[in-house]
This record gives sequence, structure tokens and C-alpha cells, in this order.
Amino acid sequence: MKPGVRTVFRWELAKLRRQKRTYLGLGASAIVPILFVVAIHFRHHHGRGDNFAFSSYLDRSGLAVPLVILLFGAVWMFPLITALVAGDIFASEDHNGTLKTILTRSLERWQIFAGKGLAAIAYAIVAILIDGTVAVIAGSIQSGFHSLQTLSGTIVSAPKALELVYVSLLVYLIPILTIAAIGLLLSAVTRNSAAAVVGTLMVSLLFQLIGILPGLGGAQPYLLSTQFNAWQGLLRTPIDWSPIIRAAWVCALYGIPSLGAAYLVFLRRDVAGG
Amino acid sequence: MSNTAVPPVEVRGLVKRYGELTAVDGVDITVRTGDVYGYLGPNGAGKTTSLRMMLGLIRPTAGSVRLFGRDPTESVTALEGVAGFVEAPTFYPYLTGRRNLELLAAFDGGDAPGRVPDVLERVELSHRAGDRVGGYSHGMRQRLGIAAALLREPRLLLLDEPATGLDPGGMRDMRLLVKQLARQGITIMLSSHLLAEVEDVCNRVAIIRTGRIVYEGEIADLKRTAGMTYRLSTTDDARALEVAGAQPGIEDVQPGPMITLTGEADAVAQLSRALVEAGALIRSLAPQSATLEDLFFSLTEGQGGEDFAVPSAPPEEPLAAVKAS
Repeated sequence: MKPGVRTVFRWELAKLRRQKRTYLGLGASAIVPILFVVAIHFRHHHGRGDNFAFSSYLDRSGLAVPLVILLFGAVWMFPLITALVAGDIFASEDHNGTLKTILTRSLERWQIFAGKGLAAIAYAIVAILIDGTVAVIAGSIQSGFHSLQTLSGTIVSAPKALELVYVSLLVYLIPILTIAAIGLLLSAVTRNSAAAVVGTLMVSLLFQLIGILPGLGGAQPYLLSTQFNAWQGLLRTPIDWSPIIRAAWVCALYGIPSLGAAYLVFLRRDVAGG
Repeated sequence: MSNTAVPPVEVRGLVKRYGELTAVDGVDITVRTGDVYGYLGPNGAGKTTSLRMMLGLIRPTAGSVRLFGRDPTESVTALEGVAGFVEAPTFYPYLTGRRNLELLAAFDGGDAPGRVPDVLERVELSHRAGDRVGGYSHGMRQRLGIAAALLREPRLLLLDEPATGLDPGGMRDMRLLVKQLARQGITIMLSSHLLAEVEDVCNRVAIIRTGRIVYEGEIADLKRTAGMTYRLSTTDDARALEVAGAQPGIEDVQPGPMITLTGEADAVAQLSRALVEAGALIRSLAPQSATLEDLFFSLTEGQGGEDFAVPSAPPEEPLAAVKAS
């Protein structure tokens, strides 16, 4: 059988299954919704109410839970989980000195790059789907699988709301994939896992910081951090596609050059260490 | 293109510069089919950098590498039939030895995955194949490195310091393995900073010093160069001068407190008998310089390494040294 991108992808997943950081990220994805639901449970008992989006709905429908987690985890938690693997995927080869081992077999560098990139993206997707699914289940146990009120005030049925939750997760993946591309770039450039993971998270937080600087309000729609909220357009009646469409091209504007640069760095680099 | 027409390794004018530092400076190497080729030099001379360029891991600043006529900087297809490692072989420490080989076999494609048990057996690692590589000793990793190379069923093996860091038993095993692989018809190029290692297993050698090749040719020629000049003292030096002057194969006979002469080992042996028969009894007959070790040091450390007179390589005589050993 001729090896290819699929071979690399399959083995990257096999390697991820053997590494602690994989479970750290996936574990966080699963535990955060559970902790969140437990917190709602106790808040309910203490009779306190807060005023963030959806907070009033948290007790009425479990389907609000994944959306509220998206709202809070948007700018740092999922970027961190994504960066945990994307930032490590090339740097770990430098750390183990294994790049020379895999680059002297029968696969071209672009195939190794593509397989690794796809594995990092697959990990981000799995982490977010786990989070969403655990949130739906835990939320439904706590507050019931009930209909949900949208941001426009209309009520959608529980099955329709469930669909909206998953489509929201998919839209949220657009900026996450950009984060993955930035993580891959930093991983290829720094050749250091910690630097790449922290650097990726810093980029994400920096965008948010720029967003709150006075006088830069005009830049807001084009910041990466803003795109993390694009999914909220789905929860309006009728659906507001404009933030989603904008997220798609703004993220492409950040993500594609990052990915391209990562590719060139990986393709052209001298493998002198290890 | 037949195998014999295209040399397994053909390096021409290879240069690698890192800013001001020139790590490899115009290296020419030709490894012929069936060679066990030693790439000898002190640490930091540029051996590993050259090998990395040969494996396509580093881009040369100038010059070219051809493996069986193909350029490894262009495509990994140039490594077809080629395997090896640079510096210590590396693996994923969190995977078992077997799993590491399975990964590399998958990256090789073809029927390499089916060869995993066999290569583990050949390097005697079957009993530890289920353990994580993180817990392997240096010697075991070295052997796993050979196993990983053998997965590719190579016609050419490039090994960087294969015996370095091994205990004496491990070094002996590695030499035996290299000889065994050579007997199976695999062309081998191995680098080393240990003369004895290269002397034992190689038929041809390139000696590199500060990025430049200071000698390339047969080991046997290098040995001849090393032992060519002798000092002689007899009971009758006047008679001895006459005998030595007339003896075939003995040249450059000079009188002095000790007579000096040059000649190959066999001719010198013949001379000793002629001297005795002529009544000039030998008090002392010894090579003047130059053990191979001395020669190596003079080539790799001395000021005039490049000027050292060495004969040009005679026509191809593949595996002569190995067969003899």
C-alpha cells in the first residue's frame, strides 16, 4: 500500500491517543459543562440570579447550557484546548528529535504537514463536539430537555434548539480552525511546544484586548475575537447570516496566510537537531 | 540505469554554511556498489551535517548529492532503497518499540509492515518490543535504529556513528552486524570518529577535517602509506646498504646512524631474509612513523593535513578489506 496523507493522519491520531495532553484537553471539554451544571444547581438553591445572555434560560432549558459555555469559553478555553495539540504537533517532533526519523521514510514533507494539520483540526472538532454533547446531556438532566427562547425572544422547540446548538458549534469552529492554523504556524516556527501553546492563546487574548481599546471600535468586526460570537446570529429570528459570513472571510484572512506560512516553514526548514 | 553504473552515493562540491561558519566545505565522495565506506573524522568535522544533506534533511548551500543518481533535496523518492540514521536514532518515547516500527513501516508503505517481526528478531529486540522506547538503553535504541533502517530493505545504508556510546560488547555486536549486512550485498556508508572501528569493517574511507576531505581512498592504501618508511640497524651497515639497494620493492635507501628505507610490508620482509643471508644481522628493523593512528591524527589535527602525501586510489576493488577480515 502506498503511504499518503491518510497514513500520517491515522498515525497522528494513534500518537495522540498515547499522550497525556490529549486527555487534558478532552477532559476539560467534558468536565467544564459538568462543573457548570453543578454550579447552576447550587446557584438555583441559593436563589441568586445573574444578568448575562441566556442566564435566565439556564433553569428553563438544559439546551441553554452549551450556548452559555460557548459564550464564556469562547475566547480562551477552546483556543487553549485547540492550541494544546496544534501548538505541539510539530514542536513535539523537535522535542523528541523524531522529525529526522519520519522525514527519511517514503513520505514527502507536504504529506507529513497535511496529515499533522488535519489531526490537529480533528482534535479541535472532537473537543468541541464532546463539550457540546456533554453540555446538552448534563444541562438536560439539570434543567430538562425543553424549548429554548432565542435572542429575538421567539421560542423554538427542543429538537429545533438542539439542531441550533450543533450548528452554533459548527459556526464556532470557523474561528477555532483559524486558531489551529496559528497554533500550527507557531509550532513550526518556535519548535517549542510551550512557546507555541502559550503564544497561540496570547494571540487570541490579544485580539480581545485590541477590541476593548478606545478608538479601535471600527476594527471590532474584523478582529478574530469578534468571530467567536458569530454563532449568535443563528439564535435570531430570522437568522442573521451576516456575522457568520463575515466570520468566514475574516477567519480565512487570518487563517490561510498562517497555514501557508506554517507550510513553507515546515517545507523549507533544515532538520539539524535531534 | 543499472546499479553498477550509478554509484549509490555521489557527492560533489558539497557545502553547508551557517552564517560565518562553514560546516562542510566542498566535500566530494563516491561510494561504489558493495563498498563498506568509512567516513572518518573527529567530532565536529562535518560528518553528521554531510549525512543530513545526503538524507535530504538539510539543504546544501552549494554542491550536489545523488543517491543512485537521484537528488534527495527534490523528493523523498530519492531515498528509495536507502535507509539510515543521523546521530542517535530517535523514536517516540511513549510508544513501544514495536509500535514505533509499525509507524515507520506504515510511512514506508509496500510490504514493510509485514517485516516488523523479522527485523526485531534480526536485532535481537523481540523480547523487549512491547516496552516503551522511553525505557530503552542507548544500545537498544541503536539496535532499534538499525531495525527501522532494515524495514526499508535498503540497498544503501547510511549510518552515523553506529557504535558510539555502546559498551565494548555492544560495539562488537554492531561491527558484526555491519559486516553481516555487507555480506548480504548492502552498500554501507558509516561515519565514525574511531579509527579502529572503520579499520575493522570498511574497505574504503574518506577522512574529513574541519569540513574538508583530506583523504579518500582504499583503507589498504592508507595502511601502506602509514607503514612505508622503516629504520634499519645491522651488524654490518655497509653490507646492508648494498643489499637493500639491490632488493626489489625497496626504495629510497639512505645511510645514517640508522639506515632509512621505504617499501611495502612484504618487500621489507623479503629484505630481512636477504640481509641475514648476506651476513648483515638485524639489530633493529622498525616502521619509522606512522601507525595508521598517527596518520589519522596528522590528517585530522596536524597543520599540514592537506599536504600529506597519499597515493591516489587504485582501481576499484570492492569489499577487499572486508573479505580479508
